[in-house]
Amino acid sequence: MKKMLSGNEAIARGAYEAGVSFASAYPGTPSTEVLETIAREYPRVYAEWSPNEKVALEVAAGASYAGVRSIAVMKHVGVNVAADPLMTLPYTLIRGGLVLVSADDPELFSSQNEQDNRHYARFAKIPMLEPATSQEAKDFMVEAIRMSEQFETPVLLRTTTRISHSMGIVELGDVADQRTPSVERHPAEWVMLPANARVRHPLIEDRIRALRDYSNTSALNRVEMADTSLGIISSGVAYQYAREAFPKASFLKLGMPYPLPDELIRDFAAKVDELWIVEELDGFMEEQIRAMGIACHGKDGLPLCGELNPDIVRQAITGEAVHSPVQHALPGRPPSMCPGCPHRGLLWALKKNKCFIAGDIGCYTLGFLPPLDAIDTTLCMGAGINHAHGMSKVFGPGKEKIAAVIGDSTFFHSGITGLANLAYNRGAAVIVILDNRTTAMTGSQNHPGTGITIRGEQTTSLDLEQLVRALGITWVRTIDPYDVKKTRKDINEAVASEGPAVIISKAPCVLLKSRTVSGRRLSVETETCTGCKACIGIGCPAIEFKDEKAYINGMCVGCGVCADLCGPGAIGGAE
Amino acid sequence: MNVLMTGVGGQGIILASDMLSEVMMRYGYDVKKSEIHGMAQRGGSVMSHVRFSEQVASPLIPLKGCDILLSFEELETARYVPYLKDDAQVIINRFRLAPPSVISGARQYPDIIPFIQERTQRIHLVDGSSIAEEMGNPRGVNIILLGTLSTLLEPDEALWIDCINTMLKEKIRPMNIEGFKKGRQVQIH
Ligand SMILES: Cc1ncc(C[n+]2csc(CCOP(=O)(O)OP(=O)(O)O)c2C)c(N)n1
Repeated sequence: MKKMLSGNEAIARGAYEAGVSFASAYPGTPSTEVLETIAREYPRVYAEWSPNEKVALEVAAGASYAGVRSIAVMKHVGVNVAADPLMTLPYTLIRGGLVLVSADDPELFSSQNEQDNRHYARFAKIPMLEPATSQEAKDFMVEAIRMSEQFETPVLLRTTTRISHSMGIVELGDVADQRTPSVERHPAEWVMLPANARVRHPLIEDRIRALRDYSNTSALNRVEMADTSLGIISSGVAYQYAREAFPKASFLKLGMPYPLPDELIRDFAAKVDELWIVEELDGFMEEQIRAMGIACHGKDGLPLCGELNPDIVRQAITGEAVHSPVQHALPGRPPSMCPGCPHRGLLWALKKNKCFIAGDIGCYTLGFLPPLDAIDTTLCMGAGINHAHGMSKVFGPGKEKIAAVIGDSTFFHSGITGLANLAYNRGAAVIVILDNRTTAMTGSQNHPGTGITIRGEQTTSLDLEQLVRALGITWVRTIDPYDVKKTRKDINEAVASEGPAVIISKAPCVLLKSRTVSGRRLSVETETCTGCKACIGIGCPAIEFKDEKAYINGMCVGCGVCADLCGPGAIGGAE
Repeated sequence: MNVLMTGVGGQGIILASDMLSEVMMRYGYDVKKSEIHGMAQRGGSVMSHVRFSEQVASPLIPLKGCDILLSFEELETARYVPYLKDDAQVIINRFRLAPPSVISGARQYPDIIPFIQERTQRIHLVDGSSIAEEMGNPRGVNIILLGTLSTLLEPDEALWIDCINTMLKEKIRPMNIEGFKKGRQVQIH
């Protein structure tokens, strides 16, 4: 049967066909839909949102040690969080097939960097597969599980945004049985203390050599000989761009770009006049091919930054300029926080109180944009609390107003340790946990605070206030961010406490059904409006400024923040 | 054939492009579709590339490669002029959503038609949003525009209706089929 599937849906289908029993993930664009699809479509596969990627990889490894097939799924930067287990896992014995899916984001459509995770395969000394279509995304997942069991190694399945979020036609395959779990004990292979790990290391080196031989003969790597004046080695979506740009060229299309098939490459290079390595981001394959003593082109013409496309590939190889049409300077349309978003009033209040605001990653990062201009740092998940602590320590208590904001999902992901540090080392920063009861930025996933699992079952819900107190923070207050005047007072008191202080800003995301705002639209009394633009300063898409007056459009959901800060009291309407 | 759909997050572009892809697959073409989800959903610009032919390699439409641009919002049409072929068909939903700089009064909402005329004269303005309002289903603008788009493509009405029936929940089918038919009646030739 044929179906249109996105790359992520195809990976989920592949896991199902391969007999996977266990799937874990922390959400992150462009990887999120893999677990969402498994949870929705394949009930026989156990699925969970883990609180972060390190947990996701370790629980999947636990399932593999119990003998069943498992996958852990994350975005590229998530692999950094999971890097600690990843680097030692290959030393251990893999029982059930174990696949790590890394979804990279060339062009940074929704990420803080565009790192090239193919390096992780080489770093951890594990094989890597890279699909170029939805069909391959499914087939390669099946193959990755098989390879993992044959070579007793974790396998990296690497995709990019253009594979994960593109749809293509997929011919579905047969569904394999799941494996039955059993307890076995393998202390020499599972207890990685120096004496054991020292013995395991040479096995990894032998294994990667064996995998290189496999790569040389595997159907995953395919030679497509045509016109030999131009030969192109490529993989992933870059292969599709090169194919479209040079339909007559010869290709070595790599589905398994690590370890590289050295014999195949030598053979192919000898048959073509000019050799190009076409890959997005780093010259990962090119550097290894050059080290083999093979002359080739690649990053001497192709960019290291951003995604490729057929035009860029054509221009790099032929040298002819691409038509660059005139682009008119149109008003931009960046993403923004939704009308009624509870983050808006809180960020506005911190800013008004003249706080330095160390930020984190989530919808509230959009508070960086004008007119709010309310986020001063964003590095990686969990960093904000630590930035604020480091800064406030440098100044000492009472000197500067240093605050941090962190979303609830991000707090569970990697904020708890930072807060423990703040308490332990007697920091003075004010930490605001933006408790909107969801992981909003990535499309509203549940987390340990929501009381609901990925499949909608009821479970325990972590009590934030209790947790914060247990970490040793004594100044804790839960507030309503829609009451901006009261919020400003609370912030001032928190700053004045001169010790670590935590504000829990509690209001559900407006996209959730449980939201607390009325949903009824407010309006501006034009005669009373003085055109002072105070309401415009919160950057709500529902408030427009026309003919020197404010005007509320149909996007308003009646949160009332603008009414609260309107001096002349011109905004009203909903109760 | 390359169809680009553009608009603003929340207008139902992804579902519309899913349907177009499904119809073209069933019609017998190789199909690829690409779009960006994630951050863009928060009120940002959205575009979806749909490509179909005997064999499709790249999921992306190249610059100057778009045969039909279906735009859900006026300003979002102008942003993608560099993708248009010289004789491309452009269907524009008559609907304006002010971007932040216009909302704050810093900039004017531009007249976009001259920008498009630099590349093609085959411009069709469609009252998709008002038709949807009249039908009492403002969110149904995507299916109406899909109906209009379908008149420029090979598959007949039955295949489209069939796909609507398989892709949508029973409760919302009649409303969407009605919207699709209304969209098909819009004269754009
Ligand atoms: C290590 C890592 N994993 C995942 C992501 C993707 N991501 C960005 S923000 C975010 C969570 C946002 O949730 P929350 O902190 O609750 O804020 P909200 O968006 O709900 O305001 C995630 C998962 C990331 N950037 N880095």
